[in-house]
Amino acid sequence: MPSSEQAVLRMVGISKKFPGVVANDGVDLEVRAGEVHALLGENGAGKTTLMSILCGLYHPDEGSIIWKGHPVRFASPWQAAAQGIGMVHQDFKLIQRMTVAENVMLGQPSSRRALFDAPAAAAAVERVSADFGLPIDPRTQVRQLSAGMQQRVAILRVLSGRPDLVIFDEPTSVLTPQEAESLFRMMRSLVQQGKSICFITHKLEEVMHIATRVTVLRDGKVVDTSETRLTSPRELARRMVGREVLFTVTKEPSLPRDVTLEVQNLATAGAPGQVALHDISLQVRQGEILGVAGISGNGQNELAEAIAGLRPVLSGRITIDGRETAHSHPREIINMGVAYIPDKVRQNAVFMDLDLAHNAMAKSHRGAPLAPFGVFRMRAIAAHVQRLLAAYHVRAPSQATLARQLSGGNLQRLVLARELSRAQHTPRLIIAANPTAGLDVGATEYVHTQLLEQRDLGRAVLLISADLDELLALSDRIAVLSAGHIVGTVPAGQVHLEDIGLMMGGTNAAGREPLS
Amino acid sequence: MEQFWQQLLSTTFLVALLSSCVRLAMPLLLAGLGETFAERSGILNIGIEGIMLMGAMVGFIGARVTGNAWLGLLCGILAGMLMASLHAFLSVSVGADQVVSGLSVNILSLGLSMFAFRSLYGLAGQAVKAPGFDVLPIPGLSQLPLLGPILFRQQALVYLGLLLVPVAYFVLFRTTFGQQITAAGEDPLAAESMGVDALRIRYACVLIGGATAGMAGVFLSLGELRGFSELMVAGRGFIAVAVVMFGRWNPVGALLAALLFGLADALQIHLQAFSISSIPPHLLLSLPYLITLLAVVSGIGRGFIPSALCVPYRREH
Amino acid sequence: MSRGVEGPQWSQAEGPPGKSEGSAQGRSSGPGGQPPNLAIKWLRAAGVALLAIAAAFLAASILIAILGINPIRAFGAFIQGSLGTRNGIAETLVRATPLALAGLGVAVAFRAGVWNIGAEGQIFLGALGATLVGLYLPPLPRPVHLLLVGLGGFAGGALWGGIAGFLKARFQANEIIVTIMMNYLGILLVGFLVTGPMKDASGLAPQPQTVPLIASALLPKLIPATRAHIGTLFAIAAAGVVWFMMKRTSLGYELRSSGANPDAARHVGIDVKRAVVVAMLISGGLAGLAGANEVSGVQHYLTQDISSGYGYLSIAVALFGGLEPLGILFSSLFFGAVLVGSEAMQRGLSVPIYLVYIIEGLVIISMLLRQLARRRSTV
Repeated sequence: MPSSEQAVLRMVGISKKFPGVVANDGVDLEVRAGEVHALLGENGAGKTTLMSILCGLYHPDEGSIIWKGHPVRFASPWQAAAQGIGMVHQDFKLIQRMTVAENVMLGQPSSRRALFDAPAAAAAVERVSADFGLPIDPRTQVRQLSAGMQQRVAILRVLSGRPDLVIFDEPTSVLTPQEAESLFRMMRSLVQQGKSICFITHKLEEVMHIATRVTVLRDGKVVDTSETRLTSPRELARRMVGREVLFTVTKEPSLPRDVTLEVQNLATAGAPGQVALHDISLQVRQGEILGVAGISGNGQNELAEAIAGLRPVLSGRITIDGRETAHSHPREIINMGVAYIPDKVRQNAVFMDLDLAHNAMAKSHRGAPLAPFGVFRMRAIAAHVQRLLAAYHVRAPSQATLARQLSGGNLQRLVLARELSRAQHTPRLIIAANPTAGLDVGATEYVHTQLLEQRDLGRAVLLISADLDELLALSDRIAVLSAGHIVGTVPAGQVHLEDIGLMMGGTNAAGREPLS
Repeated sequence: MEQFWQQLLSTTFLVALLSSCVRLAMPLLLAGLGETFAERSGILNIGIEGIMLMGAMVGFIGARVTGNAWLGLLCGILAGMLMASLHAFLSVSVGADQVVSGLSVNILSLGLSMFAFRSLYGLAGQAVKAPGFDVLPIPGLSQLPLLGPILFRQQALVYLGLLLVPVAYFVLFRTTFGQQITAAGEDPLAAESMGVDALRIRYACVLIGGATAGMAGVFLSLGELRGFSELMVAGRGFIAVAVVMFGRWNPVGALLAALLFGLADALQIHLQAFSISSIPPHLLLSLPYLITLLAVVSGIGRGFIPSALCVPYRREH
Repeated sequence: MSRGVEGPQWSQAEGPPGKSEGSAQGRSSGPGGQPPNLAIKWLRAAGVALLAIAAAFLAASILIAILGINPIRAFGAFIQGSLGTRNGIAETLVRATPLALAGLGVAVAFRAGVWNIGAEGQIFLGALGATLVGLYLPPLPRPVHLLLVGLGGFAGGALWGGIAGFLKARFQANEIIVTIMMNYLGILLVGFLVTGPMKDASGLAPQPQTVPLIASALLPKLIPATRAHIGTLFAIAAAGVVWFMMKRTSLGYELRSSGANPDAARHVGIDVKRAVVVAMLISGGLAGLAGANEVSGVQHYLTQDISSGYGYLSIAVALFGGLEPLGILFSSLFFGAVLVGSEAMQRGLSVPIYLVYIIEGLVIISMLLRQLARRRSTV
């Protein structure tokens, strides 16, 4: 890999504050032509903020950017793109309802013409698509594409501007291992043409695999910049976290007993634009953790919602502790002892503008002991909430603090507290969907410990996660979900990452074609 | 009774009905076209009811003072844009709740316009007159059978309204500005990362909405009702919001929806002329509101709602 | 997914106008512990309200001055008319009562995430329900009859509100348009009845109206020789009941949760659709009580204009009161005084009564602007 010693980008002394948090504190970064430079750090270390500043989304409070030898100040992403810097965001930032061509053309600095010519736009997209070997149909609506294909659209949009530096923010979070590998191949070819790539990630193996050099960020400051061939994952992890990190969670072998949750031939409709479930069958026993692997958007949320009673079941059976629950009201299922920690807690599980007490007593807000005959017993409620907040170490000034003011980790503890220690019913089945998304290592460890503790107490845990490492560490068995089907269920100790990756891509033992 | 049906289905009646239908659809269409722009960019403006009244008043006074209905129209448009700019400021820059902002603009417009009119003319306001828009037959086309009287023997503002439909369609779907409007209304964050100034787009679209609402008001005071009174808008501004949804946020759909609601209004007027005591006037008067209610319940158009409609967007720096 | 048009989503914006995180009266005074500095919160809220009033009156003075009238004289007449005489205070109470009742209803709906703009129509239907009870039942002991009148009013308003709630829950119909259309329909319905089947045909009535309600259905006076009646006391009691329901019961918890975040509410087992319907039933019912109040306490018969804008004004009352029962009581007193004072200004100095709407609009806008100031200070 040819790499010149010339620095094509220098960020000097960048600082950026948001209310209540210092995102970047005097960060220095140097990227050379023809290199893949990884930005490594935990969630909240400041990587995305730094790159957002670079690509023109934010303005730095202090510091300067020197691009190709000249100091620059980008007022908008459009300006940055015009100068040759483009970013592929983690959430793609595409307009779902518009077509591929419209999305790609909208962001082009070159097309500031007044009229919009759909056929010309489609042709332009086909040209870029051919140039970089990323086939796509410019006339499809983005919302009809899979996550991997949507990422391709985002990449095409950036590449249309013929940039010299491309920033990728956590690009592999929505890809199968095979798709990630093809992304890396594309990155290598870009770099061979003399471009530079900046690559945000929290995955150590990716850094070792693809990056030339890596800068580690922690708490908004640069810890170190080194060449990847001269360092090791353990070293990087230590710098990322600041202490020795245990790579494996100690886990007792599981002793599963009776079946708690039984799903047979479940079929549901999907959310608009999402995949539906077809013929899902699985079992979770007391005292075991069943992990469900799969790229997000392949039916995970639908599965969790169907079990929790929040999504109508088209056909099939769901049995919890022997009782049929496929068509039960969510409240009945809650009262049977089902705890559900959903994906995206801020949107789905928490009342951000209401206080901790309100949030903590949810699901226990009806009937004895907190609200006999529908009337609140204020002292009982206050005591219950206090107990919960203390037991789960939720750090907040008082019960009257609004949920919005809690950090991500504390919010997750609040949700765990509420779900696992309800006033009325102890949980028998726990469904957790992406419970550690966006959390730092400390909070992640806490969640993992809690889930294992529930398993050891004899409860059944269904863990749905896009993080394969988490699944391999915690699960006793793993089922792989792809395009609304269970492709296979394997014991966790006997499977390789690549096999799961293949299954996530849709290939099972029968050798079905992976998704496009 | 048979005579009733004979009269009802006679050509004269149907032509008169449809002619009224086109005419009465105009305030809904005009206000609806501008509101389509505003909502497509992500801003809901339920204040257009009050803005229409304001446009009606300022247009009326303007025409009276200058002696020219077209200058009155210009005044009405400017007044509409002025009141709409208040809603734009509150919704876009302040990030306030758009329904509350729209309601307050509604109330304020009602208060200001009636305060001004009452101060100028006291209680004799009903008798005040101003030069208005007369029927303007298009030479040649107005002689066509059936279509002639329905489409080509209308006031100038009707022709203007009908012409605005293809113009609005072109701007929304064939220009970059229109693409940017759609992007700002679907996902302003993503749009901004693509270089679209979502805030400026939203301001512009709300002002467009105000301009057309002002036009719609002028249509009422200088075209249809030839006068000014507190109750003259009678809910048409709210019906226009329903027109936008029923029309799927598309100018052509807005035209069809406006014609439908205009037909209900026309039926109400023409059936009253039959003076059949079995149909009470109150029931007829309720037709436009019932039809609007049914249209909203039907859910037609709901699948096309701009994803970021009514969600405040704030730029983070 | 545009959650905004489905109802007031306070989790998206910063909260109802005039309220933001940790400020104003009591979203944090829900179950579970005393909020810190409660007194400071209330003082701050009152301060904001006074600032808004001052700004509105300043603008109003400018308009009055443009008319060539001395603003000081005008406000003299205003204060004198609304609060300076015994009759003035009584009239203020008379106006404040329906505003408070309907405002409480609006607040319940808004808190539950439903934009109920239909208070006007619900007042009319409540008035109709009360009239039916007051005309077509035989004379009963007054407390019993008044109770039935109240139930009739509540039922009429609840019916009208419940229809809108049902349409939203079942068909996801936009409740803003539905309730506004039902305003017109409700007014037309009552107009039809009052000029037709229920009309007082004796020829003595100066306008289309029904015959007067029988004596046992009339609310007794509060202040003798004025129009003030004990309905005012019922309004205060209603505020207490609404407060208790919203803050201290499971029902109120579910309504507030549905308004704060319907996704999370569903997730914790709350039937959001049911909550919408219940909220509209209660909201419409409270507005219906306002209508009953007008018929039984003020007019003593049903007319076509039993409410001249109380419904729409009550929305401003609710917003200005921060959607809190105590705030709404004060807010309704304020707007009641504005109504009476503006009438005095019109009588004495020919200031058009529409000044009321201008003040109303400016007060709400001032509260919305407060969000701007708040946001500037935190960046």
